[in-house]
Amino acid sequence: MRDALRAELLKLTTTRTWWAVALVLTVYVPLIAVFLTFADAAARPSTLGRAAPDLDLPVTVASLYAIGVAVAYVFPALLGLLVITTEYRYRTITPTFLAQPLRSRVLLAKLAVATATGALYGVAALALTVPAVAGVLTATGHPTRLGDPGVQATLARSVVAFTLWAAVGAGVGMLVRHQVAAIVVVVATSQIVEPLLRVGLAAWSVTRGVSRYLPGSAADALTGASIYTSAGGAPLLAPWAGALMLVGYALALAAAGAWLTARRDVA
Amino acid sequence: MTEPAAPGRIEIRGLTKRFGDVCAVDGLDLTVLPGRVTAFLGPNGAGKTTTLRMLLGLVQPTSGTATLDGVPYAQLTHPLRRVGALLEASDLHPARSGRDHLRVQARAAGIDAHRVDEVLAQVGLTADAGRRAGQYSLGMRQRLGLAAALLGDPGVLVLDEPANGLDPEGIRWLRELLRHHAQQGRTVLVSTHLLAEVQQIVDDVVVIARGRLLYAGTPAGLEASFASGVRVDSPDRLALVAALRAADLRVSESAAGIEVADTTAARVGALAFAAGIELHELVATGDSLEDAFLRLVADAA
Repeated sequence: MRDALRAELLKLTTTRTWWAVALVLTVYVPLIAVFLTFADAAARPSTLGRAAPDLDLPVTVASLYAIGVAVAYVFPALLGLLVITTEYRYRTITPTFLAQPLRSRVLLAKLAVATATGALYGVAALALTVPAVAGVLTATGHPTRLGDPGVQATLARSVVAFTLWAAVGAGVGMLVRHQVAAIVVVVATSQIVEPLLRVGLAAWSVTRGVSRYLPGSAADALTGASIYTSAGGAPLLAPWAGALMLVGYALALAAAGAWLTARRDVA
Repeated sequence: MTEPAAPGRIEIRGLTKRFGDVCAVDGLDLTVLPGRVTAFLGPNGAGKTTTLRMLLGLVQPTSGTATLDGVPYAQLTHPLRRVGALLEASDLHPARSGRDHLRVQARAAGIDAHRVDEVLAQVGLTADAGRRAGQYSLGMRQRLGLAAALLGDPGVLVLDEPANGLDPEGIRWLRELLRHHAQQGRTVLVSTHLLAEVQQIVDDVVVIARGRLLYAGTPAGLEASFASGVRVDSPDRLALVAALRAADLRVSESAAGIEVADTTAARVGALAFAAGIELHELVATGDSLEDAFLRLVADAA
């Protein structure tokens, strides 16, 4: 297992994908966060006919620090997916399985490497964002709230969310294998199917409770509210329950993927 | 049961693979011995690659077994140190360098990293090892694939069409490598659809078509099974003709010499020698090994 892990790590670090994604996260996320913080600081109660976000509230500040999880969760998912599907795309899966015929061991190593990278991305999304947002808050006369336990918990949970999205992405990759198809599945599920399901299920009292168990709802529970809950969706799970749901999705996808991979021919 | 086989013995028994209605490999029985170069011949689509992939645990047989010293590939403890395989030279990540591909394989198989530079030198790829594999020519990809096969210093080499993309010099180098490998008592199983590529170094020949075994044995045996004739001449034609007819051979005289049907040069030479007849000329006019192979395959179609 140690050899399989080391080989997967080397595979990841001998192409540019991993740090290209890390770079995007470290630069793109703080830019968005700074922009939103300035926008919130400048907002007047009358603008857009809604209440201005209160930058003195810890919950508002926390959501700005952890904005990456809302705007960039697809990146760890994509990384997890690429760790699997790139091997099928370039057919390097053949030498991989020649070196380690126990295919479940290969997949487990990939899941572990993808998950660890997801955690790293979670940290990368915070690395510049937190100081940048704190700087803007200080400059506009608001407290940074970095000592607030609630804020700190939100930051930690955003890293957990990145980690688990990478694991879910790897699980989808194991099941679908084909790179483009897997990307389509992830994007279509997260952007179209699940939003429709959430609204649809919430509209009917019998199914109203079901929507909170969908992966996107589980992630929202873990990281905080989303536009769907404010748009009249069902109440979310507790954060820990949301995390458990995502773990469950990742493991279920990986188990199904491993079962299929053990049986499918590599031709 | 029997005495323990020499290490590096490949046994294929009743191996069958169906893809839907298509039977790609049909009840194949085959033994590949160490210390010899075995050519695995067949036209494109004969089932060679599927057979090799089943041997390497990549494709699940519908029925039958393929083992190395009695053990299926997937159950070998250190597969890359036992079997070096070259399947498809294009199984490369275009953005990863040649050296990094080998480093990944070495790590995955627990092979010491110094082997990477050794095999790169062995296949003549040291200078290009740092380049992205996507920039490699087909010949370079083939060499990198061979380097990967050699990485674990394995006792068995299984190579699928290894000469693809190699220039004539590369093919000669490959032949020497395989010859040398077999001389060390190791096993070499090399598939090809072009017999001429490996003809000079082959000890055993296996011919399949449509997934079925057509021939397994020595190249001479394959030639002999299709040998059609010999042209021979002697200062004493009368005695020669009499000796050949006495051996129940069909003989006809022409201006060029005496044509003898359905025999081999070796047999005619032996008969003449036994009868004390001097020969001027002794030429096989029948099929070459290549012809014999092509006729065998054509008959099966």
